[in-house]
Order: sequence, then structure tokens, then C-alpha cells
Amino acid sequence: MGEIVGMTGDESIAYAVKLCDPDVIAAYPITPQTIMVERLADFVYDGELDSEFIPVESEHSAMSCCYGSSIAGARVFTASASQGIALMFEILFIVSNARLPVVMGVANRALSAPINIHAGLEDQLVCRDTGWISIFCHDCQSAYDTTIMAFKIAEDKEVSLPLMYGIDAFIISHALEGVETLEKREVGDFLPPRDPLYVLDPDDPISVGSLALQDSYYELKYAQEQVMINSMKTIKKVQEEFGELTGRYYNVINTYYAEDAEVILVTQGAITGTARTVVDRYRSQGKKLGLAQVHVYRPFPEKELRDALKGAKVAATIDRSITFGAPGPILYSDVKVTTSNGGPIIQGFIAGLGGRDVRIEDIAKVADRAFETAKTGEEPTKISWIGVRGVEF
Amino acid sequence: MTETTITEKKKEKPIKWREMAFEERPVLAAGHRLCAGCAAPLVVKFTMMATEDPSICVSSTGCLEVSTTIYPYTAWQTPWVHCAFENAAAVASGIEAGLKALMRKNKIPKRKTNVIAFSGDGGTYDIGIQALSGALERGHNILYIVYDNGAYENTGIQRSGATPYGAATTTSPGGKVIPGKPEFPKDIVKIAAAHDVQYVATVNVAYPKDFVKKVRKALAADDASFIHAFAPCPLGWRADSSMSIRIADLAVKTCMYPLYEVDCGEFKLTKMIKKENKLPVEEFLKTQGRFRHLFKPTRRDDVISDMQKWVDWKWQQLLRLCGVKEE
Repeated sequence: MGEIVGMTGDESIAYAVKLCDPDVIAAYPITPQTIMVERLADFVYDGELDSEFIPVESEHSAMSCCYGSSIAGARVFTASASQGIALMFEILFIVSNARLPVVMGVANRALSAPINIHAGLEDQLVCRDTGWISIFCHDCQSAYDTTIMAFKIAEDKEVSLPLMYGIDAFIISHALEGVETLEKREVGDFLPPRDPLYVLDPDDPISVGSLALQDSYYELKYAQEQVMINSMKTIKKVQEEFGELTGRYYNVINTYYAEDAEVILVTQGAITGTARTVVDRYRSQGKKLGLAQVHVYRPFPEKELRDALKGAKVAATIDRSITFGAPGPILYSDVKVTTSNGGPIIQGFIAGLGGRDVRIEDIAKVADRAFETAKTGEEPTKISWIGVRGVEF
Repeated sequence: MTETTITEKKKEKPIKWREMAFEERPVLAAGHRLCAGCAAPLVVKFTMMATEDPSICVSSTGCLEVSTTIYPYTAWQTPWVHCAFENAAAVASGIEAGLKALMRKNKIPKRKTNVIAFSGDGGTYDIGIQALSGALERGHNILYIVYDNGAYENTGIQRSGATPYGAATTTSPGGKVIPGKPEFPKDIVKIAAAHDVQYVATVNVAYPKDFVKKVRKALAADDASFIHAFAPCPLGWRADSSMSIRIADLAVKTCMYPLYEVDCGEFKLTKMIKKENKLPVEEFLKTQGRFRHLFKPTRRDDVISDMQKWVDWKWQQLLRLCGVKEE
């Protein structure tokens, strides 16, 4: 077991990527992801990491380079955020369809406009339909650990899918925390070399990226969905193996005091940490508050979420994202659909857009509101925005 | 920056067509769906005939891509990759970098492998120019070939940055007021050359020997290289499919699409057209229905003469760059 080192979220990802020995890193700078790629550039330029570092001219080309390198058989890493992800959006679908285990670190940042560099999970949430495995981390340690698990999950031959994992802009990306590190040897034993699903062999040529029309597109998409659904098994297996290696066990839904809870807060990302503190306070007052963090977001852990929420009267979702004109924000909608055949009342909240602080008091208000709902048993009709100036909560 | 040009460095091997034609070279299999008279498959064929090492090909979205790889079939006899419209140069960069890293780290056997991107003019002059510029600037060891048929032929003949002045397309029709495309095409070859890569050239399907020689040089470069291939499209140009090579030849003889190379910064004309042999642009225009509105119902001398002036000006500019004095 390695030592504890102070690192920011971005650095924890960069150091973990280094241990995974990628062959190609193609990335374009965007705040607040920059430190991830700056550190990786340092490693390459100082000869500490043997990778091709491609300083591309855009995120669109970053993802296109990753596509090419991954088809060539390389282990590939990139990182982005916000507008960068929006620019590479087109290629995300193509990478997943080609079954390429590209790994991308995301510093989850609010989308423009107005331009804003602070936290928002919508950049990654809107990628829910791209066919990528999607994970949200809640602190620097989970960012470090998820990086190492990410390559193993994505490159597993049963999976062979791209994977993105996020840390909240600045709140995690630039926050300094103690991270328990791993040795290169340990990671080397844990993560086997990439064994690609297919290769570009001039002696046995294949075509990748063909035109598939009405007679085949439909079946290909069905097959792709089966791979995505089945990837859940590998994700859990890798989480288990990682736990055995490090003693740090992750779950697709991380729960905290959920077993006997009357009200459960459903969170993603950095808000999870604050919500834990609120749970501690309420528990010390004898109030049955619990927490379910949707750590793995795609494939969506339906069964695990239902299990986590099954005893509760109310589940309060907190979305750090907005989808306009929808029945509710993205996390809320997924939770609602998952529990539509029975389960707690789902009460939706939006918080912290554009990096607005979500404080302990804010989450306490959410909990109080959910306890009221539990008492009345009446399903709320609207989504509540926490702390919007001029709007009554 | 190199002191020796590719021409000096690369010993020229004789081109033996008969042998090349009978050798088992991985090219395009018969049965692809490209139109009769389309120059795109010829561009691929001449390119692949010039290769001496195994190649991985990349295509951007376009006619060549959709017509050669209709799932579950493929015409490609060498590894081939398609991603999207605007990123062939970036995908090729990624493949090159991936192979380089894997070979350096002894994860795959060391073997010289060409990475060749084929893209149409839309995917190069317009939507793909950023990715192209990035790849050229970073100097990946790839060859990027644009097959220029002067429009978005695949989506139904819309104008592109490569469409000639005065040409009718579905988005620059030969109208009653505006007689075809009002703008002259952008000079993609000089744009590529301005990146100071080792080798940039123009080729033409009517000049296969010159074509093969230039591809060999491009592949000998230790850098990104760029080739512009003039590629007639009978469907989009409203031309007889038996006339493609004749039209391609006229493109050179009218000096509309001259043959030259930029070898380590040195411009060199590879097909001199003497003053007395230089044909008027009209000879080129007449062969294609996309210019018909310049002749019927009334002859548009103004447009034809503007085009002639532009061609003469570009030709003189090129002669100066190549250090050629007309007698």
C-alpha cells in the first residue's frame, strides 16, 4: 500500500493515469481540466511516462485521435470538460459503436451560455445517450481509484466500451485532499495489458466504420445495448477486485445509512460529501435520513437503486444540472422511471448550477422538505430549485 | 526543416505498369458502388500502386466511403477506417501515434506502415480544414490525399470551397441573375504548403506516372504530406462518364489545375505547359454541363473571361514560385 499524498482532483487523475501506462494521450486544454493534461505532459516530457502525447487543435480532434489510436490497439486517455465535451459530442457515439475502450476524465463544468467555468454535471449527463459508460466521483480519492478501475472495466473484452468519469469543476478538480496512492507494481498486477477486440492487420484487413443501412443498423444497435447492459457485471467485478487490493470498496450505488432510512437523499458528485455530513447530523438527532449516491450512471444501476430505496418513504434527488422543458432534471427522471413500479415518492431538487455553493443548510432544507412529504404522503407536483434569488423555495 | 529534398533523398525507381498491374496489391475490390467514370477509385488505385509497404487507409464521410463499405460488404483489401466527415486527418494522426507508441514499446512488431487518408474536397477545404491543419502542424507521418471533385457530390452536388468559379451546383445554381458560383476556389495546396511540411503536390488521374511518382515521394517523407488529386465526377459535372480522363487532361492543359510539387519548400512544376500549347479555359468548360449556362441560352463572355484572367494570374504566380520564365 502506498503513502498518502496531497493532490488536487486533477492531479489525482493524472498520477493515476501515469500508473496505467497509456500509449496515447490526446487532449486539448479547457478549464478546469487543464492540470490533468499539464501533469501528463510533464511526465511525458520528463521521460517518466512512455506515451505519445498529441496536443491536438480541438476537442473534436482529441476524440478523433483517440478513436484512431484505440483502433490501432493503443491504451488511450483524454480529458475534457463542458464546451469541450459538447464539441466532441459527435465522435462520442462513433467511439462507442466501434467498441473502443477510450478512457476520458471530465472536470464537470457548467455549459455555456452564459460562459461559466464552475461546477455543473450537465456536460457529462447529456452524454447519457452516447453509449459510454459514465461514472461520477465524489472526492480526490475516488477520482484516483476510478481512473485505475476505468481502464480495467473499459478494456475488458466482454465490455470493450469507452468510459468517462467526472469530478466537479474546482470543488474537486482543484481541491487538495490526501490521496492514498498505489505502487506501479500493484497497478501493473491489477490492470493487464490491453488485448484489443480487433486490430488493423495489413495481412488480415478489416474495415471499421462502415455504412449500415435499414437492413443492419437496427440489429447493430440492439447488440450494442446488450453489451452496455452486460457491462454492469464487469463493473461490479472490477470494483470488488479493487476493494480486495486496496480495502476501498466501491459500489455502483454507494449507500450511507440507507437501510432503515425514512428519507433518502439521492446524489451525484461532490454534493455527496456535503450530504453525508447532513446525514450524520440528522442521525445524531435521531432522524432517519440516508443517502444513495449514483456513482455509476451508465449503465444505470436500476436494481441496485431500487434495493437501496425500497424501505424509504421519500427519495429526494439533487440534480446539479438542468434539462429545459423536461418533466424533471436528468437524475430525477432516471430515478423516477426506475422506481415507477413501486417504491418511495420521488421529490426532485435542483441545486448549485454554475458552481453556486451547495451548503449544509441547503441540503438540510431538502431533507426537511422530504420529511414533510413523508408525513403528508402527498407527491409534490414540481421540481424545487434550492437558493435561487427571488424565488421562494 | 531538411537540407535535402525528398526528390534528392528518394531514389526514383522505374514505374513498370505491367508488373504493377499484375502484382497482388491491396487496392479496391471490384463491385464497389462508385459511378462509372468517377475518379475517386482511380485516386485510390494509383495511390496504392505506389506503395511499397503495408498501408492503413482512412476515409472521411463521402462518396468513396459510402460506396465502398456498405455493411456487411467492403471493397477495401487493406485495413480501412472511417469515423466522420471532418476528421480524417485527426483519425489518421491517432492511428499513426498509436502504431508509433505500440512499436516503440514493443507491444506490436516493428514494421513500416503507411497511414493514408482519403477525403473529398468538402471534407478537406471546408469542414475538415482545422483537423488537417492540426495534423500538418504536428507533423504526423501520414499522407493526406484530397480527391477534389469540386462539390459535395455525395449529398447532391452542393458547392464547396473547391467549386470552380461560375460552376453550377445545387446551392450555386446557374441562375438568371447570378450565373453559378460567384467565388473562386481556395488554394488548398498553398495552404497545406504554408505549414512547411516536407512534401506537398498536385496529381491528376490523367497523369498516372506523375501520380505514382509523387505518392512515392510523399510516403518517403518523414513528416505529414499532402496531395491534391484532381478527380472528375461525371454525375455532378453533368459530363459523359467516358470523358473523365479527357476532362482531367484538359484541366492540366488549360492550366486550371497545374501539376506541381512543393518539396521541402521548393516549388517545382512537374508538367510545363508552354505558352503556345496552353488551351483556353473554354475548352475545359465546354465539356461539362455544370458550365452550360455560360454558353446557353446566351454566351456569358464576362464570366468566361473573368475565369480566364484568374487562371492566367494563378499560372503566372505559380511560374514565378517555380522559377520558370516563359519564353
